[in-house]
Amino acid sequence: MFLSINNLHKSFTNNGKTELVLSDIQLDVNEGEFVSILGPSGCGKSTLLSIVAGLTNATDGSIELSGKTIKGPGKERGMVFQQAALFPWLSVEENVMFPLLPEMSKKEAQQKAHQYLQMVQLSAYTKHSPHEISGGMQQRVAIARALAMDPALLLMDEPFGALDEQTRSRLHEIVEKIFLETKKTILFVTHSIAESLKLSDRIVVMGTQPGTILDVIELDFPRPRSQSKEELLYYEEKIQALLKSEIDKVTEKEQKNAASR
Amino acid sequence: MQPAVKRIIFYVLLFTIWQGAVYVFDVSPSLLPAPTDVFASLYEGFSNLTLVYDLVASFRRLFIGLAIALVLGLLLGVLLAKSKTADETLGSLILALQSVPSIVWLPLAIMWFGLNEMAVIFIVVLGATIVMTINVRTGIINVPPLFIKAAKTMNYRGFRLFSKVTIPASIPYAVTGMRLAWAFAWRALMAGELLSTGPGLGYSLRFASDFGDMSRVIAIMLLIMLIGIIVDLLFFQRVEKKVLKKWGLATS
Ligand SMILES: Nc1ncnc2c1ncn2[C@@H]1O[C@H](COP(=O)(O)OP(=O)(O)OP(=O)(O)O)[C@@H](O)[C@H]1O
Ligand SMILES: [Mg+2]
Repeated sequence: MFLSINNLHKSFTNNGKTELVLSDIQLDVNEGEFVSILGPSGCGKSTLLSIVAGLTNATDGSIELSGKTIKGPGKERGMVFQQAALFPWLSVEENVMFPLLPEMSKKEAQQKAHQYLQMVQLSAYTKHSPHEISGGMQQRVAIARALAMDPALLLMDEPFGALDEQTRSRLHEIVEKIFLETKKTILFVTHSIAESLKLSDRIVVMGTQPGTILDVIELDFPRPRSQSKEELLYYEEKIQALLKSEIDKVTEKEQKNAASR
Repeated sequence: MQPAVKRIIFYVLLFTIWQGAVYVFDVSPSLLPAPTDVFASLYEGFSNLTLVYDLVASFRRLFIGLAIALVLGLLLGVLLAKSKTADETLGSLILALQSVPSIVWLPLAIMWFGLNEMAVIFIVVLGATIVMTINVRTGIINVPPLFIKAAKTMNYRGFRLFSKVTIPASIPYAVTGMRLAWAFAWRALMAGELLSTGPGLGYSLRFASDFGDMSRVIAIMLLIMLIGIIVDLLFFQRVEKKVLKKWGLATS
């Protein structure tokens, strides 16, 4: 198995109270697969991705990538965050060169950076500062920067959450194109059902309090998905029903909490 | 009306009223000399080079003191930001010292170093180091955690992470720290010179005062003010603006 998450548990201690955030997460991902993680806010999607990235330690369980246990961050895993997290003191091009510079000459790094900026259709903006380009463009730079390391696994945490609908759907096309061209394995966190249906080979639907995997949905449809609107409707309703019971659960708990106060 | 035009009119008026008042009320020059006398004294000081020597002497001390303070402030700021224990102990002392004008250290400094340049430089270093330290510390503590996380996923850690992310991310604060350090250093230097020995602008001011030469006193006061403004406006504010713009922090 390419990526396997085994019996993963994670709890946080806040003000002396320990709260289980992820409970017994079990997931296998094949090489070259596009897997979305979908779930209500607060169910631990970011936490899960952060553990896979090696930025957060699991409380229990392990993650293996190509047979090796993950112990910290590594070059074989690239990450795109909800905010672009570009370094403002560097130009667009220098930002993409950033992960490359430790191991190659400036010239090589620049060449590579341009190649990836071309992939996200930003060749015309190499010398701009991050704050001189739009949010959608910044997010594309962040994608180019993550790709520049040539990671085997690309982790994306609601990368388009803060963008408007048009920009979002344009970026979906770009991501899909990159996915098909580079054959990267992608783990994609979202809370948009439409987004996950459009992009994924499999959707992992998560429940909350504690975060668990409710269901894994296989989508065996050709790309682009716009051809199979009708068929996808069935899955959309199915996921909606799954999430609805989760959200009801949260609301109920919240009301109980409020009443007991 | 342009702000610059308003300002010119204001200063012309100010000097005219000053000149007129001195003339009309026949004020003694040992109380308040007329602006023309002040400018004459300023001109004389520059043409016989006494003020030039003073300036050179003062600036030499300032640069030595400021250079030491900036390096020291940078190191201390990094230490306080990185070590919790240092922050809780040494940090509290530095914050406490901040409320003490550095000039009050002069009697001690004179005991330690003698009545000489060293004592004055010590005062300058003390005044400037504290603000620089506090700003560098704040800058490092306020580096967005997201930057650090992002860099970690790109395999940056340890010293490389610090030098390529933490330091550049805190430069806007460091620049503000430098600007404040200069302002503190300049004030501390003048106070130090006024109360110890020369040559230097502060010393010449006291010397002129001892001889009742108020024109020269005010001439030197003007010079101190002008230098303060010019360095701040023409150098530090410009650098600060540029850095803030480049870092995407400018608010216009
Ligand atoms: N560093 C932390 N310390 C303590 N608790 C945390 C920490 N990070 C996350 N949590 C808690 O873990 C839970 C899951 O957070 P997480 O950010 O993973 O949710 P999410 O599914 O990504 O939500 P969203 O869709 O809103 O981004 C939340 O209840 C949060 O309060
Ligand atoms: Mg999240």
